[in-house]
Parts: sequence; C-alpha cells; structure tokens
Amino acid sequence: MIQMKNVYKKYPNGIVALNGLTVEIGQGEFVYVVGPSGAGKSTFIKMMYREERPTSGQMLINNVDIATLKNKRVPMLRRQIGVVFQDFKLLPRLNVYENVAFALEVIEETPEMIRKRVMEVLDLVGLKHKARMFPTELSGGEQQRVSIARSIVNKPKIVIADEPTGNLDPETSWDIMDLFERINATGTTILMATHNREVVNKRRHRVIAIEGGLIVRDVAGGDYGYEG
Amino acid sequence: MKARTLTRHFRESLKSLGRNSWMTFASVSAVTVTLLLVGVFVLIMMNLNKVADDLENDVEIKTFVSLEADDARIEAIEATIRSMPGVESVEFSTKEEELTDLVLDFGDELSLFQQSNPLFDVFYVKASEPQQTEQVATEIAKLDNIEDVKYGEGKIEKLFKFLNMGRNVGLVLILALLFTAMFLISNTIRITIVARRHEIEIMKLVGATNWFVRIPFILEGMWLGLLGSIIPIALVSTLYYQVTDFAQPKLSGEMIQLLDLTPFIYQVSALILVMGVFIGIWGSFMSIRKFLRV
Repeated sequence: MIQMKNVYKKYPNGIVALNGLTVEIGQGEFVYVVGPSGAGKSTFIKMMYREERPTSGQMLINNVDIATLKNKRVPMLRRQIGVVFQDFKLLPRLNVYENVAFALEVIEETPEMIRKRVMEVLDLVGLKHKARMFPTELSGGEQQRVSIARSIVNKPKIVIADEPTGNLDPETSWDIMDLFERINATGTTILMATHNREVVNKRRHRVIAIEGGLIVRDVAGGDYGYEG
Repeated sequence: MKARTLTRHFRESLKSLGRNSWMTFASVSAVTVTLLLVGVFVLIMMNLNKVADDLENDVEIKTFVSLEADDARIEAIEATIRSMPGVESVEFSTKEEELTDLVLDFGDELSLFQQSNPLFDVFYVKASEPQQTEQVATEIAKLDNIEDVKYGEGKIEKLFKFLNMGRNVGLVLILALLFTAMFLISNTIRITIVARRHEIEIMKLVGATNWFVRIPFILEGMWLGLLGSIIPIALVSTLYYQVTDFAQPKLSGEMIQLLDLTPFIYQVSALILVMGVFIGIWGSFMSIRKFLRV
C-alpha cells in the first residue's frame, strides 16, 4: 500500500526533514504518526499526496513511485487518496454540498452519481441538513466533518489526516475520531499525524514516532509516549 | 474533457461572478473605463486618418496645353496621359470652361476676358497613389505641346510628409493605449485571482488538474471583458451617432468628410468587444499560472 525505503528530504534552505526513512503500511491499517514539532512529521505526511517530493529514496503508493511521478500525473494520485487537513481547507465560496461534490466533479462523475454519493457521505458525517450552508456558517467540528466527507466521497483506499483534531475542542475531537474509525472499519487505510495524547492513548492503533527525520519507534497498539 | 464538465465550468464561472460580486464590480469598472478610453481614441484617430486621406486624394496635376495644339493633338495627348502607369483619371477642360470657372470664382469683372481669352486648355490628372503625383507630373511635362504642369510642387511633398508623420504618431499612440489597457485590465483581474490563490491550492490538493482549475477562471475573465465592453460600446456608438448627425450636413460638398456611421461604428464596437474578451481571457490565464504549482 505505502512503502518507503531510505527516503531522504532536504529543503532548499538546507534543513534535512527526512533522513533515510523506511516504513511499510498495509491495506486497512490505522496508523498514528507522532513526534515533536519539526521532527519531520509534516514532511512525511505531505509526501503522501506529493505536496513535497523526496530528494532521494524510493516511495511507492499503490505501486506508483512518488519520487519519479510526473507533475501531470499528480492529480491522478490525489484522486486515489483522501486528505484531511488541520485547517479544513474548504472552499470558502462553495457551500457544504458543493465542497464535497467538487472531489467528484474533478473526476467527471455523472450528476446523478454525484448527487447520490454526496448525500450519502453527508448523511454519514451527520451534516445532511446543513448541505446548503457555507463553511463560515459552521463550527470547527462541522467544518472538519465536511472535510472528511470530501476526503472519502470518491472511495479512496487511503485517507491521510494531518492533525485533524488540532483545531478542535476535546469533545468534538472524539466525534471526529469516531468517524475515522468507522471509515477504517470499511477497509480504508488511515494515516493520521497527531499531537493529541488523549486520543492516541485511548484509541489504540499502530504508532509511528518520528524524530530527527527517522522512525524511532513503531509499535502496534502503542501509546503516545511523549509528555503533554 | 467531457461535455458536462464544460457545462459545469460555465455554470461555475457565472456563479463565481455573483458570489464575488464586489470583485466583479471592480474588474468590470476598470475594463469599462479603459475600453471607453480606447474607443473614443480610435474614433478620433480613424477620422483624422480619413481627413489625411481626403487631403491627399485632393491633389491633382493641372496640365496646360500649348495654344498651337489642334483638336487631334489634344486627343492624342489625352490618350498618352491615360496610358501612363499610375494615372487614375484624366479630365479635360477647354479654355472657355476655365474662364467660366474663373468668373464664377472671382466675379463678373473677369468676363472682359471673354473677348480675348488668355487661358489655356487644361487636363486635370489624378495619380492613383497620391505619392506618385510628382513622378506622373514629370512624365507629362516631357510630352510635346505641353505649356506647363502644376501640382503644388514642393508644397505637396511637405503635406504628405506631415500627414505621414501624423499617421505614425497616431499609430504609436493607439499601440501605447492598447498596451496600457491590457496592463490595467489584466492587473485588476490579477488582484481578484491573488485574493483566491488559497482556493486554487485547495482545488489542486483535492485532485483537480490544472485545466480543471484554470477554465472557470478563464471563462470568468471572458465574462468580465464582455460585461466591461457593454457600456463603452453603447457610449461610443451614441457619441459617434451624434457627431456624424451634427457634422455631416455641414460638411456636405466639402473635400473633408467624416467616416460614415456604418460600418465604421460596427467595426469599432467589434474591436472593443474583442479587446475586452481577449484581455479578460489573457489576464486570467497569465495571473493564474504561478498559483497552479501546488
């Protein structure tokens, strides 16, 4: 599913974010990525949807080599992966329905199919009744649920989440976690970078800890392992 | 790309106009003002050009035929002149007709001369290109039985030089104005797109191809250009209608004429429309380029 071998990333300003990282993540896994700020977590996540490109090393997603993927093919990669961001990244001028539908318009689905599928996922995240509202009219938790709906609407095999609960209060965070676990239960791989100690310790899954651009710990059902 | 995607892009671009109404208003206003300026300027320059043409075409060669030439010789001269390269028209006027014209112009005192007409028979020759006048005149002067050839020697060269300079200056001004218009309009569109670069980034992250992001913006630019050209076309047409309505009766029979209302005003309208649309599309295309690299 996701295979990284000796992946190395050096930014133009000289900072080495990943220092020969090797990891394998299989279909249907639920993986937390933890580690202090600046350890390389974000770079690791951003590589999954090719916002960043490895400087060297091999990185396969669904057997496609990210390192050598042509810019033209990047949209194809991103359509196979759902991405949920800390700051939601909803289109401010589109309403809830349109935001979710966008991911299907991009792959040129039929209007009937789009309508059906969008209402399905909005129902799943519990926002069917707010389909005509705009992002600014929603709470943070609701916006994140729209973002999750958008990430899964075209049934990707992998969902990447970059601190999805980072901007949410604890109670809302649990709702969001429930959603991710339900998505995972349908066989979708979840890869989640997080700083949320509570969540990692209570909902046990595989934990990958990154420090200094390397994996320092990789435990199935592990705990958060950092203070606060 | 599928047809329904194109439909989607059209719908999206119109929706975006409405949802960014303030930005739309700002861009359309900028386009309107600029195109109005261009339109009025084109009206003025094209008419000045027409005046220059009229002045040039009014130049003719007055050929005086010697008194000893008989009717047969006069006919022969006419035939020779007609066959010269670069001659457009030849008109013969007898010395009696010349005197009648003179009397008409300067008054009855001159009818005294009817007893002994001191004038010559005259050919009025026009060159097909005004610039060839001098050359044609020289050729005619070489013929036998020609008393004299007059075409405003020295003066028309200066006139032609002046008119040509005027045309070039006008052309440079029009080009400069077009350039300014493009710069102004595309800059306004750029501001609206910069304000939305975050949206472009999101679209790319969700898996949109560059063209999927680009086309609605380009269509939006097209609408902006289209909307922005409505007022200039209406104003420029009305203005020119009023001008020709006022000036053409006063100019009737004069050698200087304004361009006729039609088809000139259709051409100017088309120019304004095409410019608006083209600059709108071009401006969007150029502005969006650097935000697509996500």
